[in-house]
Amino acid sequence: MTLILDYDAGNLGSVKRACTEVGLKAEFSADPAALAQAERIIFPGVGAAGSAMRSLAERGLDVALKQAIAKGTPVLGICLGMQVSLEYSEENDTQTLGLLAGRVQRFQLNHPDLKIPHMGWNEVRVRQPHPVLAGIEAGDEFYFVHGYYPKPASPEHVLAVTDYEADFACALGKDNYVGTQFHPEKSGRVGLRLFENFAKWDGVWQPEGVTHAE
Amino acid sequence: MLSKRVVACLDVRDGHLAKSVKFVNTKNIGDPIEKAREYYLDGLDELVFYDITASSDKRNIMLDVVESVASQVFIPLSVGGGIRSVADATDLRLAGAEKINVNSAAVARPDLINECSEAVGDQNIVLSMDVRRVEASAQQPSGFEIVINGGRTPTGRDALAWALEGEQRGAGELVVNSIDADGTRNGYDIALTAMIAEAVRIPVIASGGAGLPEHLHEVLTQGKADAALVASMVHYGDYRVSGLKQYLHDRGLKIRMSW
Repeated sequence: MTLILDYDAGNLGSVKRACTEVGLKAEFSADPAALAQAERIIFPGVGAAGSAMRSLAERGLDVALKQAIAKGTPVLGICLGMQVSLEYSEENDTQTLGLLAGRVQRFQLNHPDLKIPHMGWNEVRVRQPHPVLAGIEAGDEFYFVHGYYPKPASPEHVLAVTDYEADFACALGKDNYVGTQFHPEKSGRVGLRLFENFAKWDGVWQPEGVTHAE
Repeated sequence: MLSKRVVACLDVRDGHLAKSVKFVNTKNIGDPIEKAREYYLDGLDELVFYDITASSDKRNIMLDVVESVASQVFIPLSVGGGIRSVADATDLRLAGAEKINVNSAAVARPDLINECSEAVGDQNIVLSMDVRRVEASAQQPSGFEIVINGGRTPTGRDALAWALEGEQRGAGELVVNSIDADGTRNGYDIALTAMIAEAVRIPVIASGGAGLPEHLHEVLTQGKADAALVASMVHYGDYRVSGLKQYLHDRGLKIRMSW
């Protein structure tokens, strides 16, 4: 069973509908015990980093999520669910989960015509192949809505980038964790493909240039 | 860089698709769910449902329509018409609407914009404004006035001032609908759209008057709009969404071309 982490992080129905569309059986839960049992976990979220972290901590979900990741459960973070995987967010000056090294910053744009939030369709350019991003081709666009963006410390965690005045990391990966800044559930067929990929992913991934020790 | 968006608007009355000319003589032109699915598969970037149901006892039909569409159409879905409270906004969000459009009720009680953006996030609140041209005056210095109730009631509010107030109160986006151009298919009100798009820092969706692909190009370039809303020109089958996008793309605009 795939579990959609439900922690009062806004409207999560669209994530579930996208799962249903690709035949991925998913249920909402806010129960730490259920997290430990889950085959896969989707960690969505809209809203603000501060209240999201409080809400996770109150339910013991921060600890449960880290434990699930440590034992290899495939996890997909979406938007705010991805942002809180880094160590720190400028939004509400928040310490976040620290699954990956790096921070989340507010867009500082120079061009007067560019607006915050970055809202709409934008191109996703894959930097490192990843099973969950399989099938994304040059020119494919995804739907974004966000005022803050992730800045992982290590380039090996950057799976894809998007240009908004400058390139920013729009998909991150480390071991069995993958996260996207864009909303695959609102991104048409290419977005649904990502859920299909996640449904089949065994949670194994290595950055390019890193080989398994024999 | 963000792509310019092509947005289709479906006016829904009692669960059926309707299209009006200058907001009167509304006629029934089909099933909204079927149309939504058709446009989605043809590359539409965003869908707006406008509930023009007159009687409040039929309002819940809209929640069913939104729910059915949201489970078949995986692009942002925006819903407006008759939203008077945070509860209305929340119900529609739960049914699957990404964005909530407020219009007449916000003119009557502007705090509605603050309350809704607080409750569901400012990026999800769209201030939809119906605007008509008037003689510029002390009360309406921009020469454009806000009208409500489907264009029937003038409010005395200046359109530019209202757009700025809406932004300041927390609207994340504006739909600027020209009542003069609505349903005419003679083109968007370019001057109106550009005036507002240049004044605010939130995205602007131009609405009212689209009849030819050139009109979309004009409003997305000279009109400075971030998105162009279409209705009749696609509802009656004169143009396809994919054809409009191809046209804009061929003329150098950044448009999402794979779906």
